[in-house]
Amino acid sequence: MRDQSIKKVVIIGSGPIIIGQAAEFDYAGTQACRALKEEGVQVVLVNSNPATIMTDKMIADHVYIEPLNLTTLKRVIEIEKPDCILPTLGGQNALNLGIELEESGFLKEHNVRIIGTSAQTIKRAEDRELFKEAMEKIHQPCAESRIAETLEECIREAEEIGYPVIVRPAYTLGGTGGGIANNQEELVEIASQGLHLSRVGQVLIERSIAGWKEIEYEVMRDGKGNCIAVCNMENLDPVGVHTGDSIVVAPCQTLADKETQMLRTAALDIITELGIEGGCNVQYALNPESFEYVVIEVNPRVSRSSALASKATGYPIAKVASKIALGYSLDEIENAITKKTFACFEPTLDYCVVKIPKWPFDKFTYATRKLGTQMKATGEVMGIAPCFEAALMKSIRSLEQHMDDLILPSLASLSEEEVKARLYEVDDRRIFVVAEALRRGISTERIHKITQIDRWFIDRIETIVNMEQQLHRAPALTEELLKQAKELGFPDQTIAKLTGKTEKAIRALREGFGIKAVFKMVDTCAAEFDAETPYYYSCYGETTEAVNSGKKKVLVIGSGPIRIGQGIEFDFCSVHSVWAFHDMGYETIIVNNNPETVSTDFDVSDKLYFEPLTPEDVRNIIELEHPDGAVVQFGGQTGIKLAKDIEAMGVPVFGTSPDSIDEAEDRERFDVILNKCKIPRAAGTTIFTVEEGIAAANKIGYPVLVRPSYVLGGQGMHIAMADKDLAEYITAINQTTQEHPILIDKYIMGTEAEVDAVCDGTGVVIPGIMEHVERAGVHSGDSISVYPPQTIAPAMQKKIIRYTIDLCRELHVIGLMNIQFIVKDDEVYVIEANPRSSRTVPYISKITGIPIVPLAVAAIEGKKLPELGYDYGLQPPKETIAVKMPVFSFEKIYGADINLGPEMKSTGEVLGIATKYEEALTKAFIGSGTHLPRKGRAIITVSDVDKAEALPLARRLKALNWELFTTGGTGRYFAQHGVETTTLRKLGEEHPNILDEILSGRVDVVINTPSKGSAHHRDGFHIRRTAIEARIPCLTSLDTAAAYIRCIEMLDHHEVSVIDITKI
Amino acid sequence: MKALLMLEDGTKYEGTGIGDCRNVVCEVVFNTGMCGYPELLTDPSYCGQAVVMTYPLIGNYGVCYDDAESSRPWVGAYIVHSLTPHGSNFRRDMNLDRYLLANHIPGMEGVDTRALTRHLRERGTMRGALSFGDSIDEEAMLQAARSYRLTSHVPLVSRTDGRFYPGEGAKVAMIDFGVKQSIITSLTKRGCSVQCFPHDADFEDIRQYAPDGVMLTNGPDDPQDCVHAIGEIRKLLDYGIPTFAICLGHQLMALATGAQTERLKYGHRGINHPVKELAANRVYITSQNHGYVVRGETVDPKVAEISFVSMNDGSVEGLNYQNGRAFSVQFHPEAAPGPKDTAFLFDRFVSLMGGNRE
Repeated sequence: MRDQSIKKVVIIGSGPIIIGQAAEFDYAGTQACRALKEEGVQVVLVNSNPATIMTDKMIADHVYIEPLNLTTLKRVIEIEKPDCILPTLGGQNALNLGIELEESGFLKEHNVRIIGTSAQTIKRAEDRELFKEAMEKIHQPCAESRIAETLEECIREAEEIGYPVIVRPAYTLGGTGGGIANNQEELVEIASQGLHLSRVGQVLIERSIAGWKEIEYEVMRDGKGNCIAVCNMENLDPVGVHTGDSIVVAPCQTLADKETQMLRTAALDIITELGIEGGCNVQYALNPESFEYVVIEVNPRVSRSSALASKATGYPIAKVASKIALGYSLDEIENAITKKTFACFEPTLDYCVVKIPKWPFDKFTYATRKLGTQMKATGEVMGIAPCFEAALMKSIRSLEQHMDDLILPSLASLSEEEVKARLYEVDDRRIFVVAEALRRGISTERIHKITQIDRWFIDRIETIVNMEQQLHRAPALTEELLKQAKELGFPDQTIAKLTGKTEKAIRALREGFGIKAVFKMVDTCAAEFDAETPYYYSCYGETTEAVNSGKKKVLVIGSGPIRIGQGIEFDFCSVHSVWAFHDMGYETIIVNNNPETVSTDFDVSDKLYFEPLTPEDVRNIIELEHPDGAVVQFGGQTGIKLAKDIEAMGVPVFGTSPDSIDEAEDRERFDVILNKCKIPRAAGTTIFTVEEGIAAANKIGYPVLVRPSYVLGGQGMHIAMADKDLAEYITAINQTTQEHPILIDKYIMGTEAEVDAVCDGTGVVIPGIMEHVERAGVHSGDSISVYPPQTIAPAMQKKIIRYTIDLCRELHVIGLMNIQFIVKDDEVYVIEANPRSSRTVPYISKITGIPIVPLAVAAIEGKKLPELGYDYGLQPPKETIAVKMPVFSFEKIYGADINLGPEMKSTGEVLGIATKYEEALTKAFIGSGTHLPRKGRAIITVSDVDKAEALPLARRLKALNWELFTTGGTGRYFAQHGVETTTLRKLGEEHPNILDEILSGRVDVVINTPSKGSAHHRDGFHIRRTAIEARIPCLTSLDTAAAYIRCIEMLDHHEVSVIDITKI
Repeated sequence: MKALLMLEDGTKYEGTGIGDCRNVVCEVVFNTGMCGYPELLTDPSYCGQAVVMTYPLIGNYGVCYDDAESSRPWVGAYIVHSLTPHGSNFRRDMNLDRYLLANHIPGMEGVDTRALTRHLRERGTMRGALSFGDSIDEEAMLQAARSYRLTSHVPLVSRTDGRFYPGEGAKVAMIDFGVKQSIITSLTKRGCSVQCFPHDADFEDIRQYAPDGVMLTNGPDDPQDCVHAIGEIRKLLDYGIPTFAICLGHQLMALATGAQTERLKYGHRGINHPVKELAANRVYITSQNHGYVVRGETVDPKVAEISFVSMNDGSVEGLNYQNGRAFSVQFHPEAAPGPKDTAFLFDRFVSLMGGNRE
């Protein structure tokens, strides 16, 4: 029964999106907040991430967008006086904070208790020793791992564990120096190297379970002790690849009932022993040749896997976990999908689900693509189909990587030997290599021996490859063959490619045969009960279950997987547009493929289609639903790319027309508009080839900005200083076929500003102007962004407003518009205009209290903004200052260069809110995890062009009694100007040199600016990488450094305030 | 080979033949388990039924003889969305298609099993004819389906060889109405010895064996057809010997004490069925396979109390007899396939028998 004493609950969010912690916690948190509010509980939400839906006024009663630390939580608890705290919804960080609060005695002191899984349970699941004890008690085998400090210890431990063993040096960079030892001889060799490489002289000796099957269980338990298993999942990649980087399939495919029940029973025994009350994830490694297994880990909270399990089964784990926390038992909670059965049952699937991670290697071309125990994916996609093949093909299309199938062109030129060699490489392209190997006739058995991927999966890939070959060889495309290809998930485009026809011809042929997609429902129960929740996926079968309601309806295009450049912000916009259209009386239909997000929660829209976002897949939905219109402007570039196709299918694109979108994106057409409005922009042109590029650049004058058109997040964008750089960049861009030309612009070094605006066709509402701390040249998504502007003169702000209004008018914008400007020498230049939602919409909405997305929807619906209470023009600025700080995940991407530039690299963001700029900035730094010590040690090593500018920064640090270290050039320059520093030996010189100093742990910050033009300059690159891997803030822009120092200068006067944004 | 399923209401489903492609007429039912098909195929309770699997990929791990619940598969026909040609599992003995063929089980794949399941859910379990080949006489199939008479398969599946499974502990007499091997191993694992009696055994034979307890097993079809057994069970209950009954056994015991049974619209067949034990107010996930059910309102509270109910439809899932000597469940505590959450019921039975001995 509901515990009536629970009246006000603090929920801890997960903070910024980083690799390993993406949108899944916004999904879980939002669902939890809604479940709690349903029960009349007041929700106080604390999260530093402003792009989340959970931090909306309509989701929680009190919202604190503040750094996630003990200080903040204590202040919030003092102010809000909650009776409970729920720490199991915000990932590992939230869990740790909850425990720290409990252990400090603060909760007890303030009569606050942890609800859901108890602190003691969390500790037993998280603490290595306690967990081991608990598992021993119930006879559950754990993966053994022991610490050794000498060779003798290594040998002794290895003998006890049994060979083969994995040797891992403790605290080394990128796990270097480890390996698998099959016998003592190998152990001595690996361990002696490992002991030497480890900073603390320790190695971990673990039993090798590499190659075992990795199986996960999502289980739930209530306070009465009722337990259920919601879902099991099997990784295609055997143990060795992080589950977040694995292709995962649900349910398990290769386990007989005996293994399935063995692991299910173990999972229930584990949560019972630990006393979990809520959701829990249990990961196993299962020996493929026996019933032997080990428990890898247990997460006593919602997780990425629980989000996937929820979407795969339709079972809302976070919602049910929240109700359990309120005291309900599983048999008292309704099954929200069927509304006829209870939450106390186990979903059964009648389809197959495949998840593929989305990796950021397109952004980090120099990074190693090798996959291992460190997760590297930023997001994921999911495909649902009656067979694995089709679910896999759907997922591949959903990745938006210009690939619709398993044919990776670059593999075609490899020799058979090279393909075999590639099978040994565990990276993001392995699935394509397996397909290529099968194409070359390499046997399933051989591939299995090398990759240890289960034969079942290889067989399925072989089915796909066989179909490719059948299509390729077929003299004529028969109805039977075409039907089979569609059932296996082949898109028309691939069939066209393989048969030498056009996509249109294939579609016509298909329609002639009557081969059309049908839609089936995800109902948690395999059709055993009539379900009420309209959550659909497509397949090629007999009957369709989705019914056209005949109501007025809108199709909302979602934003696909979380990736650098297109993150959770676009899901925020999509979801808000769905809600706004719903309020306007529309039936809302969302199509998206990201299992981590709120938008794919089954009760967000009236109908959810879990599908890839390609023209063909969207067409299937349109042909059934015949929506009155589609909106593309909220789903980022994914939606924009579909605009013309959707229009061509006869569905009106609501808001700004596809032609206007094109006018903004097409360089030459946009220039015409700018000229018409008399708005200056940096001189520039479009080119296709290296030769054209060099000619253009010399005409414009270096430095120039090079980028492909129609991209988001500055993908492939570079600043070129000379012909050589330019040639390199253009060649790189042209490695993938370009439908659109490459843009070359004069690089103007000024202050960047940005606006988000809403246009109703008559006038423009500008919620606010944002100013970037870093000068032009750093991607806007990677810049610290400040609202309202701090240094831009009023006259310049006026120009920004005028340009915004003129551009909206000339481009016939209806709905959202985002424009980026450069302010330099009393002139404002337009960098680009995007007639769509942007990364900054969520934070500006929250800080100004202006519902930007609902206003845009109202404008699309023909409403005039003044009718809704918003005058045209810039809205009066709030007294609150907000600083949006980017957050990076560099430590997880080995080999990625961290220097900031025109290509976006950050994965997430935090917000600092205060009444003073410095305080907001400080909060943002702290929220992003940057330590701000009052006194410390800095290493400064900057390129020649930056030395003069770095000098005053060095002086300011000196004035704060910081100890400064430099390398040769920077040190000499500073000394000449009266700033004494300690000069460190350069890289490659004898030890101790600069790297040793960084690794020593005595340094607080590294300020390093790369020499412009050479992207991969080796010394600087190593300095930056080493700093990141040693977890030391590394600032690569002097503007960021200046902001950092400014915060330190004001630390003394700094007092922590927390602000409830619902009261701004 | 082309295959056609014709339901008695005239609905047709096309597919491709698998296994031994011979024409059959069956009762068509669906099962929602995502794994455990070897156990299902060999569960004698499915004797004569055409089983539709809602999970689309069947045969993924092949067939392992160890997983068999009896000496052979009993299903009348097997209908799947797609049959995996090569099973992958370290224990695989055979691929599923070959297994079906070797055991003369006909079947079909390539069926929109979700559509078929929805149809059965809406219209209820019905009879159907399965035919193969290019020249199928649909009218004849329809007639065959409509004229098919459901009769009890208990006499067919009940073993008459009087098999004995030794054990040091309690002495169990088991009346075999089509027992799943896991019921026997659940008992022998707990030290019991098990003596099998055929479905038509007389009370007197059992009494003379002087067991510590009686196990009434699962089995196929309508319990009301087992007239002889109902009479003998009445005598057993009066005699007061500890008795545990599962599935068909549970229904027979209810009938023997004056309660009534009825046919469910589409049955409970799967491994995800939640049942609540009323006394403990606890819910367990169970394995189920039954088309008939004890009507709760016909259970005389003076004779038995309802101990378990289905969380899905509130139907009777277990009875505790007021003499304290007998209890029964509709679901399968022996699992196989499915969760072992209610295996403790065998412990209860063993302790009930222990009490008897003292």
